[in-house]
Amino acid sequence: MFEMIKKVFKSVREYKIYAIITPLFMIGEAAVECALPFVMQLFIKEMKPDPAGVLDITFADILPYFIIMLSLTIISIACGILGGRYASYASSGFAKNLRKDLYAKVESFSFENIDHFHASSLVTRMTTDVTNTQNSFAMAIRIVVRAPLMLIFSAIMAFVTGGAIALIFVVAIPVIGLIFFLLARRAMGIFRRVFKRYDALNESVQENVAGMRVVKTFVREDYEDNKFSTASSNLSKDFIKAEKIVALMTPLMNTSIHVVYLLTMFFSTYIILEMAPGTLDANGDPIWGSFAPETMSALLTYGIQILMSIMMISMIVTMLVMSLESIKRIYEVLNEESTIVNPENPIYEIKDGSIIFENVSFKYKKEAERYAVSNLNINIKSGQFIGIIGSTGSGKSSLVNLISRLYDVTEGKVLVAGHDVRDYDLKTLRDSVAVVLQKNYLFSGNVRSNMKWGNKEATDEEIIKALDIAHVDNFPDRLDRVVEQGGANFSGGQKQRLCIARAILKKPKILILDDSTSAVDTKTDRMIRKSLKEDLSEMTKIVIAQRISSIEEADQIIVLDNGEINAIGTHSELLKHNTIYQEVYQSQTQKGGN
Amino acid sequence: MPPLKIKQYAKPKKGTAKRLIKSLWHNFKLEIIISLIALILSIVVNLSGGVFASLITSVITESIKQGRNAFTEFVDVNLLNFATIPANIPTLMFVLGGIYLVGVLCSWTWTRTMAIVTQKYLNLFRIKMFSHMQKLPVKYFDTHQNGAIMSLYTNDIDTIRQFVSQSLPNMFATGLTVIGCLFVMLSLSVWMTLVVLVGTLAMLVNTKLIGGRASKFFVAQQKSLSKVEGSIEESITGLKVIKVFTHEEESFKEFEVVNDELCKNATTANIAGNIMMPINGNIGNFVYVFVAILSCLLYINKGYNLALTGWVRIDTATVFYATLLVPFLMYSRMFSQNVSNFSQQIMFVVMGIAGASRCFDLLDEVVEADDGYVTLVNIKYHEDGTFEETSERTRDYAWKHPHKADGTVTYTELKGDIVIDDIDFSYDGKKTVLKNVSVYAHPGQQIALVGATGAGKTTITNLINRFYDIADGKIRYDGININKIKKDDLRHSLGVILQDVNLFTGTVMDNIRYGRLDATDEEVYEAAKIANAYDFIMRLPQGFNTMLSGDGSNLSQGQRQLISIARAAIADAPVMILDEATSSIDTRTERLVQKGMDQLMKGRTTFVIAHRLSTIQNADYILVLDKGEIIERGNHESLIAEKGAYYQLYTGAVELE
Repeated sequence: MFEMIKKVFKSVREYKIYAIITPLFMIGEAAVECALPFVMQLFIKEMKPDPAGVLDITFADILPYFIIMLSLTIISIACGILGGRYASYASSGFAKNLRKDLYAKVESFSFENIDHFHASSLVTRMTTDVTNTQNSFAMAIRIVVRAPLMLIFSAIMAFVTGGAIALIFVVAIPVIGLIFFLLARRAMGIFRRVFKRYDALNESVQENVAGMRVVKTFVREDYEDNKFSTASSNLSKDFIKAEKIVALMTPLMNTSIHVVYLLTMFFSTYIILEMAPGTLDANGDPIWGSFAPETMSALLTYGIQILMSIMMISMIVTMLVMSLESIKRIYEVLNEESTIVNPENPIYEIKDGSIIFENVSFKYKKEAERYAVSNLNINIKSGQFIGIIGSTGSGKSSLVNLISRLYDVTEGKVLVAGHDVRDYDLKTLRDSVAVVLQKNYLFSGNVRSNMKWGNKEATDEEIIKALDIAHVDNFPDRLDRVVEQGGANFSGGQKQRLCIARAILKKPKILILDDSTSAVDTKTDRMIRKSLKEDLSEMTKIVIAQRISSIEEADQIIVLDNGEINAIGTHSELLKHNTIYQEVYQSQTQKGGN
Repeated sequence: MPPLKIKQYAKPKKGTAKRLIKSLWHNFKLEIIISLIALILSIVVNLSGGVFASLITSVITESIKQGRNAFTEFVDVNLLNFATIPANIPTLMFVLGGIYLVGVLCSWTWTRTMAIVTQKYLNLFRIKMFSHMQKLPVKYFDTHQNGAIMSLYTNDIDTIRQFVSQSLPNMFATGLTVIGCLFVMLSLSVWMTLVVLVGTLAMLVNTKLIGGRASKFFVAQQKSLSKVEGSIEESITGLKVIKVFTHEEESFKEFEVVNDELCKNATTANIAGNIMMPINGNIGNFVYVFVAILSCLLYINKGYNLALTGWVRIDTATVFYATLLVPFLMYSRMFSQNVSNFSQQIMFVVMGIAGASRCFDLLDEVVEADDGYVTLVNIKYHEDGTFEETSERTRDYAWKHPHKADGTVTYTELKGDIVIDDIDFSYDGKKTVLKNVSVYAHPGQQIALVGATGAGKTTITNLINRFYDIADGKIRYDGININKIKKDDLRHSLGVILQDVNLFTGTVMDNIRYGRLDATDEEVYEAAKIANAYDFIMRLPQGFNTMLSGDGSNLSQGQRQLISIARAAIADAPVMILDEATSSIDTRTERLVQKGMDQLMKGRTTFVIAHRLSTIQNADYILVLDKGEIIERGNHESLIAEKGAYYQLYTGAVELE
């Protein structure tokens, strides 16, 4: 656990100084908060009529008190403001660095790492968890130092003012502290459980809202109602259990204050009346012994401060423990090592687009029983057009992902231009192998900014040429058209064509289209293939497709079935000899359709 | 916790607080009365604690003066300048202890009662909201984002919790304490009270100034936070693309810009938030110091103090000390603390009212109208071809049609004859979605709807099951105007498989059984087999008992679609609507599912919306829609021969999107 916290808090970096200064100001604030009642008590003592019942004071007598109390208040306000200021520098800066570190780490992840965490979980870790950590960090540097200090200062002051009577606190503090801690722990335990259930309840509301048409279609409104009522009422019962404990806290706190108060009062009056019986002054007013009412009230102020800090401490401890969960989730990301890293002496040049698969087998997880693809032996010459076909889950995408090291082979090796892909510099390799992923994505911006992903220095002419090859519609504001997140404002076919253009701009040696023209009509599909062939003839092209028409003129067609190569051949060869190919062909031609 | 949405600062409706408190009162009268009494008592106790402390001081003073031992003997003491009472220390402490006990019991009673009331109330509120939401028309869900609806159940309910359990009683308590303190202070000294009030004013000004600035900065922070989160979300979603294009450095630089901006805004916002309390607390200290100094000056100059009892000249040390300085300082401190607490609650109250207002908005939404009275009943046929109503599940149905005029009931056999007669439709009253659309589906026929996204295919089916309503008599089901059919019964008679599959948390078995709650396990297996889902379900870790969560995210899109087909199969409705039911299944698997689908459609009137034209070639009627109008109709052969839009789609010359 310690190592975990240490690693996460390393991100404080340049804000460390603020993280150190803040508690200092908090110490100042706490010190003043304790000193102020002490000075006030001295002042009240000074104002106390003398044994003769006379109080002879001039303005000059009270001026020092006035100045001291005022300066203490000003110091306190200054400490408070500066502390608050530096605390926000420190916590906001820490959060910034933490997000930055996470971002950098996540960007270094391999596909395997990404799959391991799931995209949605990574987003939560970088947003909600960082915010939680930031909050507890802010609290830590401000209150964690302050509360125990208040406790200590107040205890010291209590002894200074009250002497032996302060011993009451010594007995009371541990007892009260323990009770609070136990109660808080118990309540937090219940709360944590209840919050999980609460999340589940909210999730079911979400499901209901999202599936409202299904609910209405099957006329399940009442059923959903009952389900929700039961879950909500059970949750409510649990919440009440926890709230009952919480409701005990304040009265218990008050009870302790009162008990301490009564005890203090009893002992102090006892001291005044029994141990140091006073005498009367000339006016008939009593002469106080060593113990006066003002001492008592100061003592009580300290008593309340002590109890307050105990309550604070027990609350903070439980809250910090709760934020450990977030820290752990952040640590998991920071501590993850990318499974794909650059070799030691990488090759920086790729000569051609030839690809060889030698006895390649691959599975997504080491512990998985089934290989995603196995025993692959393929020989692709530079500039060839390769088609891959097979049903869902037959391993088509897994096969191509091995070429640009999106995943590493489990067994065997993949060679590009005669060298194992694991010997190349990663950036060099990926720049030479352009993949248009099945789950593709355009980024918010405009068409030009998206195209520049392929090549930063691309001129407008080059971009237009790529768009033409991919047959992206020639709409008027072609390069400046706004792209919404994920390319939501483009139709499926248009999006796919833009993604192809983006890949072409990289001028790769190898271009892989993973089911990238499924939403494009057959005519345009054919035209894209024609342009690719004519304009980019020396580039190796690998096309995964559902439609036979997309790959029928390929130099080689690989038929995959259950992760293994069922057959390799040209369209006419496969049509003659391969049953799977025949079946697919029939399902698409006899009954037609796209 | 989801980030506070900026729009939450939108103005709440008038009267929300009143409505909230009224409904609370309505449900928990007794508890609220108990809490109020307990609350008031506990405040009185808190206030009187100080009086007792000064009383004890007086007892000691008097006992020394009168030469008595106040532990054993009674002495006469002056109570707040009002009356003289006899007292001794043990009695006083005993009474004080008793008062404290009452106080503690009272504060325990009200915090506990209010906490319980809050939870019970929230439960009622949630259930009411959910139940009301179930009855809302589909249109509501079209016009409200899922996220916004969800936030009612999370953020807004939480602000109500804060309001009911914390802000309401606290404001009441601090308000009462402030008034009580004010009274005691006035009784001691009007001058000093004025000093305290000036300090209070300063606190309120500070709260408004810094608080106002803070909320402005918090909005800015919230904006840049959502920017950062948006940026993170976009890069993580597109992370694989970033890697494929080795675009890591560039995207990191872009992220840094928004991240730095957030840091800047968060710092300013938090500074404002952090310094509010120290400033307010120290204004309290200033007041304390000034009150002390002013009292001294009053004494030094032998000035006159204006108290409730009249003008009193501060000429003796004792009067100054015991009636002015010590008690006043204590009360002024209590006063400032409570004012500071009160001002802190204001923000929560504003948020609570805003949250409640949004929840009430949902409760005020008008529910789905249903004036239908024709119901769906099971029937049993006699040998002579006549039938009678039965409570058994016979799979034969009739419409039961009561006639109000003469009190008779007629039955119409359910055949599945659906006629849509020349409808125009618009969702928002502006953009026409359907124009002059007529569809005639005879019993047992298969009607296919083809067209691009937005052509109006799904809208037609939405009108048949009355997700949206249309003028009387435009759609007739077995000759009956569908507006006369009870909505639930109409929907029971239609089996719908939607394009977007929604599964619920629960086992696979639960999800299929959702179609018909009283189905046996065997019937579930049977339905799974029809949908060709049986084999893959059996391969899941726990077969039919495998838990699905997060909308079945552990299944592939195709598998989810198969389960949704099984769910419709078990419902066994006499008329089917298939809206792109097999769009996510690859062509080879689709052929397998097709067999089951054929079985589902056999003998039933079916509406099919399909993306792949291969699945609808056998339809009796194919309607081609374009921009809300039917541009072609006929069967496959005749449409191919026509060489129109359908032919172009079929040959792949045009892409269907």
